[in-house]
Amino acid sequence: MSRHETFSAARTRDIVSAHLDLEGPLLPILHAVQEAFGFVPEAAVPVIAEELNLSRAEVHGVVTFYHDFHRAPQGRHVLKLCQAEACQSLGCRELTAQAERALGVGIGETSPDGRVTLEAIYCLGLCATGPAAMIDGRLVGRLTPAKIDGLCAEVDR
Amino acid sequence: MSAAIRVFVPSDAAARACGADEVAIALRAEAQRIGVDIDLVRNGSRGMLWLEPLVEVESAGVRYGFGPVEASDVPGLVAAGLFTAPASVSGPLAIGPVAEHPFLAAQQRLTFARCGVTDPLSLDDYIAYGGYKGLQRALALGPLGIVEEVTKSGLRGRGGAGFPTGIKWKTVHDTPGAQKYIVCNADEGDSGTFADRMIMEGDPFQLIEGMTIAGIAVGATRGYIYCRSEYPDAIATMRAAIVTARRAGFLGARVYGTDHAFELEIREGAGAYVCGEETSLLESLEGKRGLVRAKPPLPAHKGLFGRPTVINNVLSLTAVPHILADGAAFYADYGMGRSRGTMPVQLAGNIRYGGLFEIAFGITLGELVEKIGGGTASGRPVKAVQVGGPLGAYFPPALFDTPFDYESFAKRDGLIGHGGIVVFDDTADMALQARFAFEFCAIESCGKCTPCRIGSTRGKETVEKIIAGEDVDRNLEVIADLSNTMKFGSLCALGGFTPYPVTSAIAHFPDDFRRSARLPAAAE
Ligand SMILES: Cc1cc2nc3c(=O)[nH]c(=O)nc-3n(C[C@H](O)[C@H](O)[C@H](O)COP(=O)(O)O)c2cc1C
Ligand code: SF4
Ligand code: FES
Repeated sequence: MSRHETFSAARTRDIVSAHLDLEGPLLPILHAVQEAFGFVPEAAVPVIAEELNLSRAEVHGVVTFYHDFHRAPQGRHVLKLCQAEACQSLGCRELTAQAERALGVGIGETSPDGRVTLEAIYCLGLCATGPAAMIDGRLVGRLTPAKIDGLCAEVDR
Repeated sequence: MSAAIRVFVPSDAAARACGADEVAIALRAEAQRIGVDIDLVRNGSRGMLWLEPLVEVESAGVRYGFGPVEASDVPGLVAAGLFTAPASVSGPLAIGPVAEHPFLAAQQRLTFARCGVTDPLSLDDYIAYGGYKGLQRALALGPLGIVEEVTKSGLRGRGGAGFPTGIKWKTVHDTPGAQKYIVCNADEGDSGTFADRMIMEGDPFQLIEGMTIAGIAVGATRGYIYCRSEYPDAIATMRAAIVTARRAGFLGARVYGTDHAFELEIREGAGAYVCGEETSLLESLEGKRGLVRAKPPLPAHKGLFGRPTVINNVLSLTAVPHILADGAAFYADYGMGRSRGTMPVQLAGNIRYGGLFEIAFGITLGELVEKIGGGTASGRPVKAVQVGGPLGAYFPPALFDTPFDYESFAKRDGLIGHGGIVVFDDTADMALQARFAFEFCAIESCGKCTPCRIGSTRGKETVEKIIAGEDVDRNLEVIADLSNTMKFGSLCALGGFTPYPVTSAIAHFPDDFRRSARLPAAAE
């Protein structure tokens, strides 16, 4: 069962109108759309564009510019592994390879059964308690091979 | 009848990532089980991150520390007297009176004085520990008086570029505009940095106070905090603090009962490193792609929505309440040369005592890494440290005599940036680090200029050839050329400074770039 709603133009319009009193509302709107649907559906773009009096190309350009916005559904679990320098100094490259092997997906990929998406993230601000990860929004520090095994088991459930 | 025992467990994200929530649950359960009344406060972090989760228990006005605590340690600690006689609990987790810990005692904490001590969301705590004294004095001084005080303090931007904050504020003050803005840069994308995060999670009212003072100084009635999406805890804490401050009359139409209006909102980024660059950030706040703008016009003249805008880093703005409360001279007394005041240095990566260390400028890099930080966590020799994030140079121990200040680092082709130091031990392969510098630039480039967009990918491929042992000499020349092109042909420091980690790695660790060339020779 997905915790996300299925796309509807009406719901998208509601989200947009809830943000219209903001200055520069597009990013908050896209975050809210992604929160609702789990990604930013292609069909949401013209709706948002129309409501905000922007061109489709402008909205599309914004969606594709930012790493956070996804244009396809993600896995039921999302495991983000920090790949930045402080975590590199503590061996995140090896831990990442371990996770890729255990889950059978590479960084940036979703497993064919939709169970898990593995993502790179560049610094979670946990650089003195690394290597660091985020699983389904929860932060995990001081990663070890055993903890990676634990996280991979968690997404197996 | 005895009062509840005060117990502290940080709500800081680094502490939570290491199990602080589970520890808090276990402490509550044990207290209930043995019938002891505890008042559990979720404080910020003291910044001794190797000790997180750091549990503190107050007894006769002294806070005794225990860390790093795991939930499974709790029953044993409680049985040993954690709640009733914390001073007499011994064992490997007991660190004694926290305030006397050498790591804290050696610091000069101004910005982080309250962090870890108070309940971050208690406005009463904030005021009891000196909060809003700066605003009171600011109101008495008036706009130009505030600008003058900040100028005299010598405060320079803590986001990386080190531009004098007072001059920036003066420009916005002098620029006419019906609507002006204060924008706080909380994008903190540099690896090895977490001071902005810690202060937003641990002492959020200080940022609100600093931005309010900035607003009064330049005549801005609206402020935005642009915080990276990788910091959900900081965003939640700031949001809650803004609501509290508004309710108490510290934000809104009549700040502190005066005629000054100041409204504040937090906005979430969307995972783009380049949006930490100030003009890219403004584009992003406006709802656009984060393309870097050409300067001029300066944001001070035409910033957010084309209006005069102050944009400052979190640490610049959180230094302001102290400067106002204690006076410019007090602040300027700290530091050396043209680097005045204190810097919250962040010790990260493969380091034994990692954490936040606030100290006056001038301490040497070696003292920070070896003496304060205790060398590597792995126990192996330090090979290199990267200072100032992904655009900062790699320094070998031979350069550890470099004083930590803007000019000394610049003289050695480095930068202090946002104050992050990432330590690597002797297993690090500096060719891989050079490759990553280019790769990161390629991933995060906004795409506006060719040297950055194309050069970074080219650079990554070239380092890969060097790693494979292909035409090493010629390819090192290619890197040198490419670095020059990027340095001088890039609009912003993402493309312009990416060569620093690369060329410093090559200059200081040449052997790492000749490994495969060396290996067959050695095998002969
Ligand atoms: C690629 C790039 C990323 C940057 N990231 C940040 C950042 O995350 N936080 C920050 O405060 N400044 C960052 N800066 C510096 C800002 O452009 C700007 O100098 C700063 O916000 C000004 O505030 P300050 O004077 O208080 O430092 C970055 C600059 C560049 C070129
Ligand atoms: S140097 Fe790179 S990030 Fe900076 S403006 Fe040019 S393309 Fe954009
Ligand atoms: S580098 Fe991984 S958390 Fe900062």
